[in-house]
Amino acid sequence: MRERACERTIGPDLTPSQTVGPFLHIVLPWADGPFAAAPDSPDAIAIDGRVVDGAGNPVPDGLVETWQVGSDGHRGFGRCATDQDGWYRIVTVRPPPQAGRDGDTEAPHLDVSVFARGLLRRLVTRIYFPDATENAADPVLSAVDPARRGTLVATAVDGGYRFDIVLQGDGETVFFDV
Amino acid sequence: MNLPLFERAADGVHPPVSYPAYRSNVFRSPRQPLIVLPQNLTEVTAPVFGEDRLGPDDADLTRQFDSEPLGQRIIVHGRVIEADGRPVPNTLVEIWQANASGRYRHANDNWPAPLDPNFAGAGRTITDDGGRYTFTTIQPGAYPWGNHHNAWRPAHIHFSLFGRAFTQRLVTQMYFPGDPLMPLDPIFNSIPDPKARDRLVARFDIDRTLPDWALAFEFDIVLRGTPFEAADHDA
Repeated sequence: MRERACERTIGPDLTPSQTVGPFLHIVLPWADGPFAAAPDSPDAIAIDGRVVDGAGNPVPDGLVETWQVGSDGHRGFGRCATDQDGWYRIVTVRPPPQAGRDGDTEAPHLDVSVFARGLLRRLVTRIYFPDATENAADPVLSAVDPARRGTLVATAVDGGYRFDIVLQGDGETVFFDV
Repeated sequence: MNLPLFERAADGVHPPVSYPAYRSNVFRSPRQPLIVLPQNLTEVTAPVFGEDRLGPDDADLTRQFDSEPLGQRIIVHGRVIEADGRPVPNTLVEIWQANASGRYRHANDNWPAPLDPNFAGAGRTITDDGGRYTFTTIQPGAYPWGNHHNAWRPAHIHFSLFGRAFTQRLVTQMYFPGDPLMPLDPIFNSIPDPKARDRLVARFDIDRTLPDWALAFEFDIVLRGTPFEAADHDA
């Protein structure tokens, strides 16, 4: 990745982040939240996963959001609270590759925000698809230690994909500073 | 490609990833350093939501039931702007809060304070062309939590904002001026820069009070701006 000096310029007066807390369910989940694409779209896929903490326990009070571009005709945004066992589900379509700012090409991906009690700021990660040939040349994947790269790639399962999010410890998911 | 480039927050604005004084953080904060993500199309865009996201009384939390909730009626208003002052119009703002007794209407909040059958504590609105938003609600109460001995959260309202880009997504909390619990609160104190902490404290706004009806507080929310756009066009 080419470095851009101006990216390090600072914003002096921004509003700070605070935790979403344990009671986010009062307003944040929507009945249609998990559907970044209509579930009856011919190319709809389900992405299921578990959010777990550094002790291996499920995170039952988290919120997973996904955002993608290029999937015309679909909302592109999905939001799902985790259940008692830490599971979330997003229904979407696979986005196309995207031209990058620096003339490179990004493989199909979803940007992910993770919120939970205990997190004072959101955690950002990405979901890539295991069978995308573009992954090999993706500038973001390429910049990640190969030993950890796999945490950004979903696993193909019956009916869709699985993408677990490990907040801490063994197999810790790669998180980004965006 | 001429994509906007969003500034990064100065050190000390946001809480650190790891902050063990907030006990729930201990097993949930990543140990590996964050990796810088370039701002490409996914990062500089955001979902756009319309009025269909809103129910008729979503911006007035005192009118969502047949009767009024108990507590001090307040107007909470402000602007969503970027660091250069540019308003963020037509962006979804979601809030949630405890009732006047400090109790959330939530299955996991069981402390012995009364629920209010006329208060859900959930609000939504969309900013106008000037980035302005207004809620009518009631002053939330403080409440105890198990973080440490005799821990009390200062009164606060949770805010969730999208802005116009994934980079601007923000979840935060608004506090009330003069609350003696703020300096004792590890969540408030997790923000390293005291000046940044103060940006979460609303301003009492006598000009927006409604005589014989409601007090008012002003809370502006400042999202990351794009001070480099001119330079980008020259590139």
